[in-house]
Amino acid sequence: MSAILSVRGLEKTFGSVVAARDITLDVPRQQSIGIIGANGAGKTTFVNMITGYLRPSKGSILFEDRDITGLPSRAITRLGIARSFQVAQVFPSLTVDENVAAAVAVARTRASLLMSAITPLASAPATAEAEELMTLFQLGDYRNARAATLPQGVRKLLDIAMALVGAPRVLLLDEPTSGISIEEKFAVMELIMTALASRRTTVLFVEHDMEIVARYAERVLAFHDGTVIADGPPTQALADPTVQTLICGTAPLGVAAGEVLHAQGLRS
Amino acid sequence: MTWRNTLVGALAFAVVASAAVVLPAWLMSLATIALANALVVLGLIILWRAGLVPFGQALFYATGAYTVALLGRFTDLRDAVLFVIAAALLSGILAYLVGLLLARYRDIFFAMLSLAMSMILYGVLVKTETLGSTDGFHVESATFFGSALHGRTAELVLFWFVLAWCALAALVVSVYFRSVAGSLAVPVREREIRLEFLGISVNRLIHLKLIIAGTLAGIGGALAALAVEHVDPTMAYWTTSGGFVFVTILAGAGSIAAAFIGSFLFELVRSVAVDLMPGTWQIILGTVLLLTILFLPGGLGSVVTVGRRRLGIKTP
Ligand SMILES: Nc1ncnc2c1ncn2[C@@H]1O[C@H](COP(=O)(O)OP(=O)(O)OP(=O)(O)O)[C@@H](O)[C@H]1O
Ligand SMILES: [Mg+2]
Repeated sequence: MSAILSVRGLEKTFGSVVAARDITLDVPRQQSIGIIGANGAGKTTFVNMITGYLRPSKGSILFEDRDITGLPSRAITRLGIARSFQVAQVFPSLTVDENVAAAVAVARTRASLLMSAITPLASAPATAEAEELMTLFQLGDYRNARAATLPQGVRKLLDIAMALVGAPRVLLLDEPTSGISIEEKFAVMELIMTALASRRTTVLFVEHDMEIVARYAERVLAFHDGTVIADGPPTQALADPTVQTLICGTAPLGVAAGEVLHAQGLRS
Repeated sequence: MTWRNTLVGALAFAVVASAAVVLPAWLMSLATIALANALVVLGLIILWRAGLVPFGQALFYATGAYTVALLGRFTDLRDAVLFVIAAALLSGILAYLVGLLLARYRDIFFAMLSLAMSMILYGVLVKTETLGSTDGFHVESATFFGSALHGRTAELVLFWFVLAWCALAALVVSVYFRSVAGSLAVPVREREIRLEFLGISVNRLIHLKLIIAGTLAGIGGALAALAVEHVDPTMAYWTTSGGFVFVTILAGAGSIAAAFIGSFLFELVRSVAVDLMPGTWQIILGTVLLLTILFLPGGLGSVVTVGRRRLGIKTP
């Protein structure tokens, strides 16, 4: 089978709220997919189910022909699916250097807890891998800054750089450009997509900015009310009249409100 | 840098070992206890770095101590090394079992659950006649490499014996601190979710820390039992656990050496206070704790760092 990721009849309910329903799709290797949808459409829920943060109520997820439905997130990460977060999840009191070093070291020893207890944190190959990531995401200038003090965009890049340790084959980005100013958005996205392309990573990114979606997605999944209402190349999906009225029209207002909600929601 | 630290540590242990020859008896017995207790503190430092403070670490301390006492009472075994290894194994296994539950909790729940477990042991010890009940019982003298020792020689050899275990523990912990797992203390404290999404289980990481800390506490208890030659249920009581937490705050999580120095100062101040100003011990304890928290929140270990900064020396 050519798909790296296959989703069949995925559903998630929170009490009476149906956050995802009847999601079925295949993701070919190295495709870049943009996920769009209004606030509360179920985009994050979808990402959370794929990455094991939420257990689907129904349906199945296959990664490289292996059923990963319901596995804990750390197991899914180890298999090769990584993610970044709507609100960057980095270690705030550590420097950028230390954040990346920790991530690299964890990825190299995560197969065995005992190994990780006797393997020194710093080693030549680990440092090389960390440097490569720092260069790829242009984090060099900030290496000694504590993550808590970083500008929003840089913190997001750090978050993504950390997600890329251990060379995942699939990466899910939950609103990589949220909280970044309009002027910087394209530059940040360009950096991310170039880095991922150089590593041949299959990427699914949630994005509210339609210009960015049109530019960086080969394929668009439009979410509404927990399900996919359009799936196709950006020219086609974004032009869909339902998508136009339900999603594109509501985006600008929704972005800010959604971020506030999620800044609080994701911590739980 | 790391090699320099190891070298300095080895040198410090060698100096203390030689100095023991001229130490007065009271100071040597005090130092023996202080060193044994420092092992518990060393374990607490491991947990504290990750933001976890167990208020029941005496559980493992008492387990180690009673292991030695019971082996002496009910078997013909007398070998000190064997005693300590048995205590380490038993407390390590107990820490594994307790950790299955404890590693899932954080913050105050972690602290209180740990306290609860230690109080269960306390209750069992108090209620069980064969375990000596409230009075506890005498610990048989151990033999060292086949020979029973007496008087000053016995004291000196026991001191060296305890010191050797401390050196070993310091080495193991320093290797651990430099390891991947050991360096994840701040990440565990700050962002568990990121660690999970890097592919490791935070609960298992904490479980490992609990086993290391529990084993260290068990060894400390075993050595203390050999030094005091008596065990009783207060070794499992919450005030004993509290004392260890006190010394941990005094020492700070910054350095391994601080655990030993802090533990020694604690015993010294306590014995001086009890001798010279009876009834003032609690006041002194409270005042010292207050001053430490107010003026030296990083603990004794941070004196070196603070001093370096004052003198304009760059901290490595
Ligand atoms: N943990 C939860 N408990 C209850 N309801 C939830 C939970 N997570 C999400 N929901 C609900 O599920 C629906 C989908 O939410 P989701 O976070 O997936 O939306 P989203 O498309 O990511 O929105 P946004 O653009 O605001 O990030 C919403 O109605 C939300 O309120
Ligand atoms: Mg979302």
